[in-house]
Amino acid sequence: MGYVAIKGGGRAIDGAADMLELLRTCQGESGQPLDIETIEKQLYFLHSRIMSEGGLYHPKLAALAIKQSLGDTLEAGFALRAYRSTKPRLLETPVHDTTHMRLIRRISASFKDIPGGQMLGPTTDYALRLLRMELLNESQEQFQNVAKTLFAGLPEQAVPDSFPKVLDSLRAEGLLPKVNQAAREQPFDITREPLIFPVPRSAALATMARGETGSLLAIAYTNMRGYGDVHPTVAELRVGYLPVLLPHPITGELTEVGEVLMTECEVVAMYQDDDNKGLPTFTLGYGACFGHNEVKAISMAILDRALQKGMKDGPENPSEDPEFVLLHVDGIDSMGFASHYKMPHYVTFQSDMDRLRTTQQKQEASHE
Amino acid sequence: MSNGINFAFLDEYAKREIRRSVIKAICIPGYQVPYSSREMPMGRGFGTGGLQLTLALIGANDTVKVIDQGSDDSVNAVNLRKFIEMTCPGIDTTTRIQEATLIQSRHRIPEQALRADQILVLQVPYPDALVIVEPSEDKRKVMHGEADYSRLLVKLYEDIVKFDEITISHRYPTRINGHYIIDPSPIPRYDVPKLHNSNALILFGAGREKKIYAIPPHCPAEPLAFDDVPFRIEDFTDSHGERRACKLCGSKTSFLDEFIDEQGERVYQCSDSDYCEQQQELVHG
Repeated sequence: MGYVAIKGGGRAIDGAADMLELLRTCQGESGQPLDIETIEKQLYFLHSRIMSEGGLYHPKLAALAIKQSLGDTLEAGFALRAYRSTKPRLLETPVHDTTHMRLIRRISASFKDIPGGQMLGPTTDYALRLLRMELLNESQEQFQNVAKTLFAGLPEQAVPDSFPKVLDSLRAEGLLPKVNQAAREQPFDITREPLIFPVPRSAALATMARGETGSLLAIAYTNMRGYGDVHPTVAELRVGYLPVLLPHPITGELTEVGEVLMTECEVVAMYQDDDNKGLPTFTLGYGACFGHNEVKAISMAILDRALQKGMKDGPENPSEDPEFVLLHVDGIDSMGFASHYKMPHYVTFQSDMDRLRTTQQKQEASHE
Repeated sequence: MSNGINFAFLDEYAKREIRRSVIKAICIPGYQVPYSSREMPMGRGFGTGGLQLTLALIGANDTVKVIDQGSDDSVNAVNLRKFIEMTCPGIDTTTRIQEATLIQSRHRIPEQALRADQILVLQVPYPDALVIVEPSEDKRKVMHGEADYSRLLVKLYEDIVKFDEITISHRYPTRINGHYIIDPSPIPRYDVPKLHNSNALILFGAGREKKIYAIPPHCPAEPLAFDDVPFRIEDFTDSHGERRACKLCGSKTSFLDEFIDEQGERVYQCSDSDYCEQQQELVHG
């Protein structure tokens, strides 16, 4: 009987899981299971994205999430986030100063020369997007020779681990508002408190930091194109490793427990009047996320600026509306809800048909 | 558990927060209590809000029933029940409504009346009935506080002007205890009267939207209507004016699913599969 088959619950689910597992593994004779370290290293940007959207800095489990979800970014971020929610909160770090990041890349678009200099580092920015056909058949030897050759030709002179921040020099010149010390107090924890609007800036930043890259980009792009007017200048974009400090369990002294790869972007935008009758200054937008994901950090910085404007003067565009932005950038929420439409909706549809038929009958009757 | 997951999946801090939110929700019937809402290992929109309620309330002596579209065997119900069984060793699950202490459901309230020792948990996609007239949550909060439901009434009125019918089919706005209007989850209008003066506690969980609300036992729940346009449930009468019956158990009172069978005929069958089976047992012995 057709209907029971539609509801044919348990066995169908098990069968579907089997089919997905087959899809993951059916590479035939040349098939090799993906190595976790390979995912972490060679799918570097994908891996970065999953850690930031999953909201958990766990390189090994992020790689596992990518492997088991067949590379679906939304699913992989989701699996990592769900793992996170089983873990109790044991310790909290103090607010960290990113000046001490060990950098692999930092650039500024606002000045030709910045203290410490521009350091391009690994970037696709100026790469020609021509397919490199030679990689179709890359040998292990060629692959391993890259580092060997590169390091052989590199001068021994030490690159400094960290650099002064561009914003500090702008601030010293009085072009930026003073650091708001009050904002350094206890940040809002989005994993333990629901967003009830209006929310503090720290809640907005935390929400965007684990937001879905494409969603952030799309809303930020509306602002860039004219539904808003942030017109940012990237004062500094940096990628590197931030040492993480935790209080020592016995002495209470701050102790380095490890480091996280992260991307940080600070944008400077058009100036505005000072609320306390001081001189006008440029305004700031801030973006940061786990891993190496520059488009996300820039989008977030633009949205941070747009949202600060919206919180101050009232939103004039969607990207300036905290509810609009913050409740729609989470990939786990949005993909879950989009997927749920695939579930049975027999009952509600039955109810919909009842309304439509009744309305049709009434209108037919009135036309006769 | 062997895989390092806590009993009922959530950590104890998360359960405590949910229980506190439930108590608040019971104290203020119909008020949407915000809570932090953890990510669950199934999709947002698949019942994570209901599931968090179930997992926060479940204990060793509980017997759980999970239904979706009225059926215990619907894919999502099976999936949720398997997850509860996996993460809550020592509890029982059932498909018989009489045996259940905790019932999690999507889109239906069981046909048979619930008892005072049972809790019904409903999964909620949209917790706020006002969302159809006001997209901003901030503004809706003020409207709820002031019990300002005028725009909702205007929407109902405009429906009548345009279609001579209220077009809201499910998720019918319902006023709880004379103040807050809730979205009773996507139950059909047929189920709305069961919310009124219920023996059982009814809890609503919206995981993605991070809200919990409740209708305490014996609490008034009235669907929004006008004096001269009464609330009406789905109509299952045929062209001869006869109430359609379930083709399996013959019930002429239950909510029916309509579908086309393999011969191309339109047939009707109880949506509540447990009720239907029990009716068949009564008939056939």
